[in-house]
Amino acid sequence: MGAKRALFFYKPSGLLKTGRFTMRKIYMIIASFFFLGVYLTTSARTASQEFPVPPPPFTEGIFPCSSCHASMEVNRKKRELKEEHTNIKIHHAESMRWCLDCHDVKDRDKLRLYNGELIGFTESHRLCGECHGNLYRDWKAGIHGKRTGYFTGTGKRTYLLCAHCHDPHEPKFKMIVPEPPPFRPTDRRNEK
Amino acid sequence: MENPQGLLKETWHFYKKTLMLVFRGSKIYYAWCISLLAMIIVGFIFYWKQHEMGLIETNLTDQVSWGLYIANFTYLVGMAAAAVLLVIPSYIYQFKPIKEIVVLGELFAASSIIMAILFVMVDLGRLDRVWHMIPFVGSMNFPASLLAWDVLVLNGYLLLNLFIPIYLLVKFYYRKEPNWKFILPFILLSIPWAVGIHTVTAFLYNGLAARPFWNASILAPRFLASAFCSGPAIIIIIFQIIRKVSSITLEDKALFKIAELIAYSMFLNLFLLGAEIFKEYYSGTVHMASFKYLFEGLHEHTALVPWIWTAMAMNVTAFFLFLIPSTRKRLSTLNLGCLFVIVGVWIEKGPGFVIPGFVPDPLGEIHEYVPNLLELMVSFGIWATGLLIFTLLMKVAIPIETGEFSHTEYEKEGYTVKRH
Amino acid sequence: MRNKNLTRREFIRNLSVTALAGASLPLLSSCSKEEAEDFLQKHFLEMTEDEKKRMIAKLEQRYLERYGKNFQISTQEAQPETLWGYGLELSRCVGCRRCVYACAQENNLSRYARQLHWIRVLRLKRGNLINLEDSEHYYAPETVPEKGFIYLPVQCQQCQDAPCVKVCPIHATWQEPDGIVVVDYNWCIGCRYCIAACPYKGRVFNWAEPNLPKDEVNPNVHYLGNRPRMKCAVEKCTFCIQRVRQGRYPACVEACPTGSRKFGNLLDPKSEIRYIIERKRVFRLREELNTESKFYYFFES
Repeated sequence: MGAKRALFFYKPSGLLKTGRFTMRKIYMIIASFFFLGVYLTTSARTASQEFPVPPPPFTEGIFPCSSCHASMEVNRKKRELKEEHTNIKIHHAESMRWCLDCHDVKDRDKLRLYNGELIGFTESHRLCGECHGNLYRDWKAGIHGKRTGYFTGTGKRTYLLCAHCHDPHEPKFKMIVPEPPPFRPTDRRNEK
Repeated sequence: MENPQGLLKETWHFYKKTLMLVFRGSKIYYAWCISLLAMIIVGFIFYWKQHEMGLIETNLTDQVSWGLYIANFTYLVGMAAAAVLLVIPSYIYQFKPIKEIVVLGELFAASSIIMAILFVMVDLGRLDRVWHMIPFVGSMNFPASLLAWDVLVLNGYLLLNLFIPIYLLVKFYYRKEPNWKFILPFILLSIPWAVGIHTVTAFLYNGLAARPFWNASILAPRFLASAFCSGPAIIIIIFQIIRKVSSITLEDKALFKIAELIAYSMFLNLFLLGAEIFKEYYSGTVHMASFKYLFEGLHEHTALVPWIWTAMAMNVTAFFLFLIPSTRKRLSTLNLGCLFVIVGVWIEKGPGFVIPGFVPDPLGEIHEYVPNLLELMVSFGIWATGLLIFTLLMKVAIPIETGEFSHTEYEKEGYTVKRH
Repeated sequence: MRNKNLTRREFIRNLSVTALAGASLPLLSSCSKEEAEDFLQKHFLEMTEDEKKRMIAKLEQRYLERYGKNFQISTQEAQPETLWGYGLELSRCVGCRRCVYACAQENNLSRYARQLHWIRVLRLKRGNLINLEDSEHYYAPETVPEKGFIYLPVQCQQCQDAPCVKVCPIHATWQEPDGIVVVDYNWCIGCRYCIAACPYKGRVFNWAEPNLPKDEVNPNVHYLGNRPRMKCAVEKCTFCIQRVRQGRYPACVEACPTGSRKFGNLLDPKSEIRYIIERKRVFRLREELNTESKFYYFFES
C-alpha cells in the first residue's frame, strides 16, 4: 500500500511535469495559506472574547446610571433602599454581598472586576464568570445559555448575556407560564 | 380449435354459459347476492367519504395509527394461508375426500387474498399513489421493507391460487386429465408460499423493535398456528353450504378430518400463547404493558378486555369440541366449534393483535381505539366483496367439478345447432 | 452500460406510467386538480434539475394562489462535511412548550383538525427517566417547572440507522448526506408503517387536509422540510432543514427560554454538540434499540 502510494507520488503526472520553478511557486502559495490560516485562527481567538451580545436588559430609562449617581454622595453602608431601586431584592448570596461589590463606586456606568478592571454592562459575563467558573466556561462554548441566529458562516448571531435570563440581583430562574398542551386525540378541535 | 371462428364460438359459448350460471339461481341465491351487493355499495359510499376527506373520517390517530382495516388484513392473510392445509394432504398424500374439494379451497384462498389486499388499499392514505409500489414502475424498497415483501408474496400467492384452480377447472371443463407434471410444481410451490405469506405478514410486525408487543420471536409460529385454526374452520362451514346448495357430494369424513387438524393447530396456538403469557407475566418487565392492556386493562382503559376473554373462552371450548371424537363427529357441535374458532381467532389475531401494539404508544401515551361506523361499514363492504367473489367463483366452479358445465355440453349443443 | 440500463429502465417506467395514467383515469377524475397534476410526479431523488425547477415553479404558483404569499422553495443540498447532531439539557428544560409552538409556526404544521406537533414534551415523575409509561403529555399547570417533575421533550431523533427508513416500502423517506431523515411528501402513499416502526413517535400523519391559516404561513421553505403539505402523507422533524443548511439554528433552539437546546455539526470538533459529547454526561433515548440516534440528552456537567 505504502509502496503504491509512493509510486503514485513520483509519477511524472501533468501537474508535476510543469517544472521546478512552478513547483516552488505552488509551495509558496501553500505556505502562505498556512501562515494566513495561523494568523486568522489566532486573531479569531482574540476576537472570540468579544461576544455578539444584545443590549443588556436594563429597566427602561435607568441607564446611564451616572445621570443620577454622578451628583450623589456615595453611601457604602449595606442597607435597605427606600427611595430608589425598591424593586431590587438581593437574593444572590446576599449575606456576603452588597451593590458596590459589583457596581463601581466612582463610575456607576461600569462594573468592577476583582482586579479593579472596569467593564461595560455588555461584558457583564466576565463579572459573573469570576464566581461561576464552570458555568462561564460552558457559556463561552455556547452550552450554558442561549444563542440565536447563525451558528456558522458569516450570518448574524446573538449570544444572550447571563443577565438576560437571570436577574443578577435574584438569579434563580423565574417560573413561567407554559404553552397549552396539545389537543388530545379525542378533542373536538382535533376532529372537524 | 385451429379454426379461429370455432375458437371464437367456443369462447363465446363459455362466457355465455358462465353468465347464465351466474345470473340464474334460486331465490336464496339472488337474495344472498343482492344483499352482498347492497353491502358493497354502502361500503363503497362510506369509503368514498374517507377517500375525499382523508383518514380523519376513521377513528385512527397518531397514537393508534392502524386499526380495524389492518386487523382484518392480518386475519385474512391467515385465512388464505390455510388453503395449504387442504393442499398438502390432497395432493401429496392423495387423501381422497379432501382432494375433491381442494380446488374450492384454493379459490377460497384467492378470495381471502383479494379481501386482504383490499383492506390494505383502504388503509392507504394516498390511493392515487399506489403505483409507487409497483415493482420497476415505482420504487420498491426491496428487500429492506417487509411491506414490500408482503406486496410481492401476497400478489404472487393470489396469482398462484387463481392459476392452479383455473387450470384444473379448464381441464375438467374439457374432460381432460390435468397434466400433473406441469401443475404439480405450482402446487408444491403454493405450500411454502402459503407459509411464506403468513410468515412475512408476521415479520411485518415482528421486526418492529419499537413495539415490544409484536417484537417477540414466537409471533410467526403463533400466526401460523392460529391461521391453521380459522381458515379450515371457515372452510368446513363453506363446504357444508356447498354440499347443500349443489349436487357436489362431500363426505362427512373429510370434514371430520379437517376438524381434527384444527384441534392440533388449536393446541399449538394455545400452547404458544401460554408460553408468551408466561414469559411476559413472570418476567414482568415494562414491556408487559400491552399484554396488561389486552388482558386486564391499563389505567382503567379496558376496551379490549371483554373481547379477548371471549376469544379465549371460544378458543378453549372449540379445542375441546374438536379434540373429543364424539363432539367432533356431530355436525351441530362441529359447526359450533367452527363458529367459535372463526370468531375467537378473529378477535385474537385481528383487533386483539393489532391494537395492543399501539397501546401504550412508544412515549407511553394510552389512547383507546374503537373503530367507528365508517370503518365498520367499509370493512363489511370488503367482506361482502370477498364473499361475492367467492360465491360467483363457486357458482361456476361447482358445475364444472360435477360435470354439469363442460365442453361436451357445448359440443352437444353445437351438434344440435348444426342439424337445424 | 449504466446509462443504457438507466434509459431502458426509464423507458419501461415511462411506458408503464403512461399506461397507468390511462388505466387510472377514473381514479384521477375523482381527484382534485392538484392531485391529478401531481399524479405522475417522480421521486424527488430521480428528478433532473430541470424537472425540479418546473416542479418548484408549479408549487410556488400553487402556494401563492392558496396562501397569497410569495414562497421561496429551496432544494438546497446537504453541505459537505456536515452531520447534524442535537443536544438537549434535561436539567434545564422547564417544560414550557415554547419549542412545540415555535416548531409548528416555523414548519407550517396543521393547527387544528388535526393539530400536529413534531415535538412532544413529556412530564415524568422525578426518579424516573426510562419508563415512559407513566409520562404525562397533557400537563397544564399555571406555571412551570412543577415540583417533583422533570420534563423530557421528544422529537425525531434523526437516527443514523433509522427504522422508519428501513420499513418504508417505497423509499419515500431517506437519510440525507448530512444525516437528516426527510420525507418526499409527494411520494408517500400513507401506509403509516414508519409510524409503527418509530420508537420515538417522531412521525405524524396529516389525517385530513392540513389547516394552516393564511396569516400564519411561513413562506421560507425547503422542499424536503417545511413546505405546506397535503392530506394523508407522513411528516416529521427535519432539524429545520431550511435553516440548518444555511447555518442557522433550528427554530426550537431559538425558542427555548432556558437555552436547553443545542445544535451543531458532529463532524466539526469545535461545534457545540461535540463540546457537549466530550464534556457532559450524555445519553440517547432507547439506545438499546441501536438506532444510533443523533439526539443527545445531557445533564449539567
